[in-house]
Amino acid sequence: MNIFVCVKQVPDTETKVQPNGDGTFIETSSIKWIMNPYDEFAVEQALLVKAANAGSTVTVLRVGGVKDTEALRTAMAMGADDAILVDAEDNLDSYTIAKSLKGAIDKSGKSADLILCGKQAIDDDCLQVPQVLATMMELPSVSVIVGFEQAGDTVTVKREIEGGALEIYEVKTPVVLATNKGINTPRYASLPGIMKAKRKPMQQLSLADVGVSLEDRRVVYSDFSLPPEKPAGKKFDAMDDAAAAGVVAEVVGLLRTEAKVL
Amino acid sequence: MDFSLSTEQKEIFEVARKFAIKEMLPKAAEFDESAIFPREIIDKAWELGFTNTCIPSEYGGNGFSLLDAVTIGEALSYGCMGMYTSIMCNDLALSPIVIGGSAEQKEKFLRPFTEKPLLASFCLTEPSHGSDAAGIQSRIKEDGDDYILNGEKMWITNAGHADLLIVYCTIDPSLKHKGITAIVVPADLDGITVGKKENKMGQNCSDTCGIRFENVRVPKENVLGAVGEGWAIAMKTLDHSRPLVSTIALGGSVRAMDCSIDYANERKQFGIPISKHQSIQFMIADMAQKIEASRLLIQKAAWLSDNNLDSTLIASAAKAFTADSCMQITTDAVQIYGGYGYSREYPVEKLMRDAKLIQIYEGTSQIQRLVISRKVLGK
Repeated sequence: MNIFVCVKQVPDTETKVQPNGDGTFIETSSIKWIMNPYDEFAVEQALLVKAANAGSTVTVLRVGGVKDTEALRTAMAMGADDAILVDAEDNLDSYTIAKSLKGAIDKSGKSADLILCGKQAIDDDCLQVPQVLATMMELPSVSVIVGFEQAGDTVTVKREIEGGALEIYEVKTPVVLATNKGINTPRYASLPGIMKAKRKPMQQLSLADVGVSLEDRRVVYSDFSLPPEKPAGKKFDAMDDAAAAGVVAEVVGLLRTEAKVL
Repeated sequence: MDFSLSTEQKEIFEVARKFAIKEMLPKAAEFDESAIFPREIIDKAWELGFTNTCIPSEYGGNGFSLLDAVTIGEALSYGCMGMYTSIMCNDLALSPIVIGGSAEQKEKFLRPFTEKPLLASFCLTEPSHGSDAAGIQSRIKEDGDDYILNGEKMWITNAGHADLLIVYCTIDPSLKHKGITAIVVPADLDGITVGKKENKMGQNCSDTCGIRFENVRVPKENVLGAVGEGWAIAMKTLDHSRPLVSTIALGGSVRAMDCSIDYANERKQFGIPISKHQSIQFMIADMAQKIEASRLLIQKAAWLSDNNLDSTLIASAAKAFTADSCMQITTDAVQIYGGYGYSREYPVEKLMRDAKLIQIYEGTSQIQRLVISRKVLGK
């Protein structure tokens, strides 16, 4: 099977993000990048499928800045065979990313049997790329999957819906699946894996190579800013019974006029 | 001159740190309290390639440099100093084979460690000979194709779980260091008795026991190098292992500083976080200085060793400095936490107890100063 995994590189969860100078994105110069945590489940699932299907290959794809290749290197250290990196700004919208991923898959010369993605990236939380990619590729897709079983070209997946219930889908490959936490336990990259990853091929393509231009963007970020700082809370003393009624009236009044929640 | 780690070393550090935070740190307090040997964690660490860093690639190892190994050591020790003592114990124990063993001995004794998670112990110290290691009394006597080993060892890390023992003994105690011999002893030979697990002040999850050898018959071919070469092998081993042991202090120090910063930002006294008080700021500044200096000394010692340059002075300086620094840093961490720091509900008193051992094992801080002063005074 030709398995493709789409990964995104996101700022480490402990990063204190700051808008950049012109407000078009966050400041990335001193960011520590990690693989998007939901994508780790996708990589792990790809490696499990590879192990169960002799002769399979796992190719990891990423669209983004080329200065730091942490996410792709981690995926290859975990066991992916090769990587394709599409050189682009890190602030592209879901549509352009999906189109670039499709272009990269087409360019690889391999027909995809299974495309795995994390259900969402933890930086912009768009939850769109897997579905847009599937539509562009005219493939079925199931998102937020927490279970995966394969029998030949039929895959049975479990999908979490509201209230904790599960939907079960049977789909034929090729298919685009978006993984959620709970589907597996991602392995650690082993140290021999890290050493081996050094020698694994990483192909670098430009947006033009994958048939994408910045004109394709449906969304362009214009103004990143930090949320306003939370003002300090107010304390009201109502220990004295006589004063209590007045305090309650004051609090209710403030909830109406100031907090505007009543 | 370049102070940056390679891309691979950075990745190795990140994966080791992730392992330390996810697998080791959450269990550190419980394993300390109940003195549980971290077998499961050692096995997982073995699977990921964190153990046996000294085994060369031609015998199935990962071919790591000492600089790679200390990078792993700092990251793992952050999770738990005691657990890492038991994880790195194999490196201390197997280094004599790497340094003094023949190709056949390396194939026979090292390769099995790359095939399954086995444990080895370095057996030098005796009940009456610690710092004065050249005076050890454990003896071998020739008997046909074998040596008969008799003696007693003390404070042996992982002894209760070891598959292989690397034992320092003498052919004749009157020869002092010239009689010392290193011999590889499979732990299942007849006549070996492992004592009870010591009840220690800190690093409680790490297993420490005495071992008694009574007429243990060991084939002559298990001697590393030749009879009488054990002292030189032990000294070279310590040059290699001291930077690695120093990482236990460094990882613990970094953890103590992280805890201190978190607590100082949270805890309020006189209406402001205590991190706004200069007395606390200066303690944390001292921690940061010592941590930077510790890391540089360790990396230099490892770099010297990797480049086959004399690392004895710097390795000893690293060991003494990092151990003493860690003791100071963890003591200050308890001070910053105040009453809470003295309570076992909070993590820092364990760090202080764990730290004390680093000033003692693998050459006390005083022995390191002896080594350093001999070097600089040209003796």
